[in-house]
Amino acid sequence: MVQQQLSTAPQESPAAHPPPVGSRSVPVLLLKVAVLAVLLSTVVSLTPALVAAERWGFLVFFWVLVVLVVAVYATRRAIPLKYLLPGAVLLLSFVVYPVISTFQVSLTNLGDGTRATREEATAQIIGSSVVQTPDAPRYNLTVGTAGSPTAGPFAFLLVDPASGEASVGTEDGLEPLPGATVTDGFVTAADGYELLTPVEVNDASAALAELTVPTEGGAIRQLGIRQAFEGSTPLVYDEDAETITNTQTGVTYAPELQGDREFYVDPDGQRLSDQSWAADVGFDNYVRAFTDARILSDFVGIFGWTLVFATLSVASTFALGTVLAVVLNDRRVRGQKVYRSVLLLPYAIPSFISLLLWSGFWNTDFGLVNDLTGLGVNWFGGETTAKAAVLITNLWLGFPYMFLVVTGALQAIPEDLKEAAGIDGASGFTGFRTIIFPLLLIPTAPLLVASFAFNFNNFNTIFLLTGGGPFTPDNPTAGGTDLLISYTIRLAFGASGAQFGFASAIAVLLFVITGVVAALQFRLTRRLEDVI
Amino acid sequence: MRISLRAAVAAVGIAALTAGCGGGSSAPAETDAAPAEPDAAATTGAPARDDADLVVWTDELKIGAVTEIAEQFGEDNGISVAVQAVTDLQANFVTANAATNGPDVVVGAHDWIGNMVQNGAIDPLQITADQLGQYSEVAVDAVTYDEQLYGLPYGVEALVLYRNTDLVPEAPATLDEAFATGLELKEAGTVESAFNLPVGELGDAYHMQPLYTSLGGYVFGQDPAGGYDPTDLGVGDEASQAAGERIEELGEGGSGVLTRSVSGDNSIALFADGQAPYLLSGPWARADVEAAGFGWDVQAVPGFEGAEPAQPFTGVQAFYVASNGANKAFAQEFVGGAVNTEEAMKTMYDGADIPPSLVSLQESEVAADPQLQAYLDAASAGQPMPSIPQMGSVFEPLGQAYSAIIGGADGAETMVATGETIRTAIS
Repeated sequence: MVQQQLSTAPQESPAAHPPPVGSRSVPVLLLKVAVLAVLLSTVVSLTPALVAAERWGFLVFFWVLVVLVVAVYATRRAIPLKYLLPGAVLLLSFVVYPVISTFQVSLTNLGDGTRATREEATAQIIGSSVVQTPDAPRYNLTVGTAGSPTAGPFAFLLVDPASGEASVGTEDGLEPLPGATVTDGFVTAADGYELLTPVEVNDASAALAELTVPTEGGAIRQLGIRQAFEGSTPLVYDEDAETITNTQTGVTYAPELQGDREFYVDPDGQRLSDQSWAADVGFDNYVRAFTDARILSDFVGIFGWTLVFATLSVASTFALGTVLAVVLNDRRVRGQKVYRSVLLLPYAIPSFISLLLWSGFWNTDFGLVNDLTGLGVNWFGGETTAKAAVLITNLWLGFPYMFLVVTGALQAIPEDLKEAAGIDGASGFTGFRTIIFPLLLIPTAPLLVASFAFNFNNFNTIFLLTGGGPFTPDNPTAGGTDLLISYTIRLAFGASGAQFGFASAIAVLLFVITGVVAALQFRLTRRLEDVI
Repeated sequence: MRISLRAAVAAVGIAALTAGCGGGSSAPAETDAAPAEPDAAATTGAPARDDADLVVWTDELKIGAVTEIAEQFGEDNGISVAVQAVTDLQANFVTANAATNGPDVVVGAHDWIGNMVQNGAIDPLQITADQLGQYSEVAVDAVTYDEQLYGLPYGVEALVLYRNTDLVPEAPATLDEAFATGLELKEAGTVESAFNLPVGELGDAYHMQPLYTSLGGYVFGQDPAGGYDPTDLGVGDEASQAAGERIEELGEGGSGVLTRSVSGDNSIALFADGQAPYLLSGPWARADVEAAGFGWDVQAVPGFEGAEPAQPFTGVQAFYVASNGANKAFAQEFVGGAVNTEEAMKTMYDGADIPPSLVSLQESEVAADPQLQAYLDAASAGQPMPSIPQMGSVFEPLGQAYSAIIGGADGAETMVATGETIRTAIS
């Protein structure tokens, strides 16, 4: 909106009426300085955080932006840029950047199971393999330190609840702790040790997780604030060979590619864990989209139906809206306002509610549609009837908008034009077809394009009415009423978990398709504007 | 005048642009420890971690009970706690945890475990064998994954059979009996639906599972350790084909007991209106059934005559320790200690209203509410819902297959095709 306001401004730009130097009022200047100062200080204050996070790209972007903004708005050299810069920056931030980052993700296998790096995944797999030593005591734990409560070194001051004896556990092993005071089963004082409070124990979690006290049955580890348990890790990671070995069974697991991701697998191909890690896969996701026979055939069919759905939705709502608007625009109609208000009702109800109601209306046995018509059709059961039901529902939801728009446009057409047409012999339908309708199209054509774009991606209607169905048992991923958008979402986040990489590839393809469709439509609308 | 207007517009532009660019980087500095209201950000689907010594994420249904336990824990340990209700909890938790911006503890269903483990989002728990023995077996089985315990179970739920005792006074011993009485009532015009089992156009494999298992079908086989084996798929085998044929006979082309007109949207409402003698649903339907104003009873789902017992999927609700939480020690202490008590379990049962998993609490609650026994029996009779990630590829196609079969498709052929579809998806 800012851009639109600005775009009209240059016509009366200072070039035509050069402002005399010093004509600026003081408050305006102050405001300008204040805004620039806020911008500058924001970027300065963000800088340390960006450096710490090593986000160099953002850092460069922000500083270039600041320099540009200051250069453009604090001087009078680049007056056209003053109007172009905000729009250009918004375009970069909210259109170009998301597209680039989506494209980057589409070159990876990112998704459920591959969110971690390989090091993180390996550490997780090893860490999750800890097993308690059977019959080992569960110790009451107090954490002590001979150094500082934040840096350590730490020691576990343990009490065996069965015997009540205190001992101290360090990396060297478990030793008796004779001089300790034990109250209610916990060490409450010990010579040479400072005891940590629960909050200090929590803060030292990372260091304490590293501390294991070797014992015969494994090692004693911290568990929460007050407990320690004895357990062992059967899995060991070999950094040189990059394999994981189970020391109890002797099986070695090596990374192996299965599908688009690597897993640790044993020589028989059995996975150690379902955990994998992120990796670059190049254009594999695009190759998959174009070579998977099922996806390809689904895609073509669904693309066709998406076009049909969007076209028919726009055409039917526009037709009904126009007819009603024209009829009600006749001054001979009594109670125009009442009719108009009633016709706007579907538009006043939130579409979520209407859609849920309509999905009930189409029910075979209990639905309003079959009850009223006596048809007994299983609407959502067959592909054709489901498509018809979706289109009819969308007509109901969409016509009030068109009615509103056309009513407004009709009132902007001068009466004398109609009279002149009538005198020239073009009255009635001919007058409407040759005079009114073309004039009507000029203001409404861009809205029809917008409506088409909206319906092209009308996820709510499909999702809440049919869920994309009906489906056939041999193809659960593509339903009879699926639009590209609902199909893509099912493909990306449906059955087998989130597949961000593949979904991004599809999103990039969709971006290209919608871009082409939009470009074609803008061409067509330009032709409509040539009417006058 | 003209210039000042232009400057103002430019100022708005700059402000919008700085807000747009800087918005993601500014860290909220909340220091409020009181976990009173669900966080505003949580309800928008973009949750932000509260700043506290223990942060728990759960959903709207349980936030009251969880908050009560967490506040007590905070008081006992002198720390601040925050409990947040988060929408789309599992996905948001996994994403936030990967960004080390997630909670310390998360509360949710056990069938998330497989996905959370494959994303490395939760840590195993170290509960002693004695303590574990106090929870019902099916609950412990459900939260055990890859032979490790990942969650502390507080509730168990499975499908049960509700009956309108004004229409059918006697409890049916078999499903065949229930179907027969239901059809009689439908033919007499007393009711609109003989047996309310949600199907809908998209199908519902969860609600069909008791029938499917009674007819000898299974989804995934179990390995010797009790875990589900994704390579052993039962859909498409001979028993499942027989089950498909039987379901076809019950469908719209056969006796008409099962119909696609009954779906998750209207199943409970129709029963509560007195338009169906039976309702296959879970503990969540109890409030509606009680409010309906007719006599009702509840029982574990019986099997078909002379067939296997009906085994619904048992769902378990549990507490998990996040792998990347900022306060792991408090998280372990909270889940392994504070929640792992009869008192906390009672708070969860009172507040979240899901049948308890702690055996001692089950016994004391059944004494006060005999109906509860049927829900507990059903949960014990069921099999834990498979939590392996491959299960995600089962529900949609299997549900659609049931819907097609009930609509008249060939039972055996459809099950074979669906088995192939699932096998392709998980391979």
